[in-house]
Amino acid sequence: MPQFLTAHPLVRHLLVAALGMVVVVTVLGAVGEFRRFQLAEMASLGIAAGGLTVLTGINGQLSLGHGALMAIGAYTTALLLPDRDAGTPLLLVLLAAVAVTALVGVVLGAAAARLHGPYLAGATLALAIAVPGIALHFKGTLGGEQGLRVVMPRPPTWAEDATWFLTAQELTSTGWIAFIAWTTLIVTYVLLASLTSGRVGRRWRAVRDDEIAAQLVGIDVGRARISAFTVSAAAAGAAGCLLALVVRLSAPGSFGLVLSLTLLAVVVLGGLGSLAGALLGAGLLTFLPQVATQVGRDAGLSDIQAAELAPLVQGVVMVLVILLAPGGLAGAWRGARARLRKRGRTPGLALAGAAPTEALGPVDIDATDPFPAEPARPVPSESTKGARP
Amino acid sequence: MQQLVNTALGGLVQGMVFAAFALALVLIWRSTRVVNFAQAPMAMVTTFIALSVIDATGSYWLGFAAALASGLLLGAVIERGVVQHVVGKGELNAVILTLGLFIVLHAGAAVVFGNEFRSFPAPFGVRGIEVGGQSVALTTSGLFTIGAVLVVMGLLVVLFRFTDVGLRMRAAAFNPEVARLLGVRVARMTTLGWALASLVGSLAGLLIAGGSLVHPSYMDSVVVLGFVAAVLGGLESPAGAVVGGLLLGVALSFVSGYLGSQLVALAALVILAVVLAVRPGGLFAPTVARRV
Repeated sequence: MPQFLTAHPLVRHLLVAALGMVVVVTVLGAVGEFRRFQLAEMASLGIAAGGLTVLTGINGQLSLGHGALMAIGAYTTALLLPDRDAGTPLLLVLLAAVAVTALVGVVLGAAAARLHGPYLAGATLALAIAVPGIALHFKGTLGGEQGLRVVMPRPPTWAEDATWFLTAQELTSTGWIAFIAWTTLIVTYVLLASLTSGRVGRRWRAVRDDEIAAQLVGIDVGRARISAFTVSAAAAGAAGCLLALVVRLSAPGSFGLVLSLTLLAVVVLGGLGSLAGALLGAGLLTFLPQVATQVGRDAGLSDIQAAELAPLVQGVVMVLVILLAPGGLAGAWRGARARLRKRGRTPGLALAGAAPTEALGPVDIDATDPFPAEPARPVPSESTKGARP
Repeated sequence: MQQLVNTALGGLVQGMVFAAFALALVLIWRSTRVVNFAQAPMAMVTTFIALSVIDATGSYWLGFAAALASGLLLGAVIERGVVQHVVGKGELNAVILTLGLFIVLHAGAAVVFGNEFRSFPAPFGVRGIEVGGQSVALTTSGLFTIGAVLVVMGLLVVLFRFTDVGLRMRAAAFNPEVARLLGVRVARMTTLGWALASLVGSLAGLLIAGGSLVHPSYMDSVVVLGFVAAVLGGLESPAGAVVGGLLLGVALSFVSGYLGSQLVALAALVILAVVLAVRPGGLFAPTVARRV
């Protein structure tokens, strides 16, 4: 690409986004209904993971409550689209879900801003368990165990016409929601990439790397933390809204601890802080269950046992990544590229084969270690030492 | 009035279990600065082992012993096998690792032991004791729960206060460098700490399971409640964990009895938020200068 096109991050992001849109439309036109459904699920997972990877990788806050935030987005959607006559435009529903979740994110972020490491993890874990309980308790408005049905509005005529014109196919409702989900994903990723590559992102990283130094240069640490949490929560809200639209249901069972842990697995596998990694991780974990279950069945396991293979693989991968390659897929990719450069080959060769969305990713190029470890220190804290001099 | 007493008594029994669970978390936190989010599935696995032994032999007590022994072993294996490699490498790594273990143990148990609800026998009666012609909510099993946790805590106190090994373990947790110079095998002590904590955790698992149903995810909410109890007492202090567990048990019992059982987790979250906001070091922490 010519230099002037890649110089400004925003221009580069928009170019990649346009390319991504083309790929999305082509792929969605080429695959069958079931794949469209899966791709829509993947987009939803990818959006939430994108938000989480920014929060955890760039700002250093770990949240296990993103499943709960997605639930908030999903229930907002379900309440706005109770039946076919609701007639609320989808864009409005999506924005409402984002707004409500972002609002919750501000409150949570303010509470979380003072917490670190395991304390934050524990508090958000409590959130992940508590929120489905709310849906169970208020059976009247939130539907209890069964959840609330979500009714998709009909696709607008222009979309039907455009689909017919471009692909000579009827626009199915799954195809329509998959298209919306991927458009939202691309918009979200452009916004996140622009935020993290700019001044805001630098502040978030500064707070992550060294809080005291960040304070010394005049960064309001609390505000940086809260803003990161809010942005991340907004992404989770959009993801929850889309997931509810895809599965046509908003039920507490689908937003439990499992979802939160899956999101964490996605971002760890992808490499914390990398949007491309998050998308890749979301893809892997969307299609993994089917493959793992099939392998399990072929190996002679019962259906119920085979269904558990997917989370088993997911957990094992998560442990292995943390032990062996804390940079995840994105870290491995960067490492491979650096080695290629050293050997004097052109990196363009390697780039050509990659997914077009890859270029959105390296928002964090200089950070090879996504976990800014605190400097090595003896195991007991300063406070225990002080207590018993 | 009767309901009030029954709710409080139920909470006390429940609180004892939380206390044991919180104690397990605190033991590990003190020795390795890791909050072991995999504690609940570890206890779940040992409970399933106990259930298999009970099914095979018909004896509750053999199963009980098997669970505690496998707990000891599992804790040591996990510390030696994986946890050791992330200690001191940043707090996120350790948290993510234990959550990965959470998923692995969870799914592994579902593959090995099946994913359906199975009933777990109770060692004693689950009917209320008669006091003055009225039946109160305290059952023989409940009394056993309280007794078992108290015995284990007593043993731990004896171990840490009055034995040589206990002294070494405290030294290793307090200052590994100096302890090493004085000839303490720190790595061995850390492994022992994890093994003991895992044993206490598996006791908690057994006590929760007694007389009810077990399932690979039956301990999931306990991981949060145990964490809240531990934070309530301050992650540093074993005595605080016990008091925190009891307080939480009684408080949640009242929430469950008077407001609705689905709100228990929410109430725990509220309690956690309030405690962290007001006293980040926990209610009984000896120090206040710790960053959370």
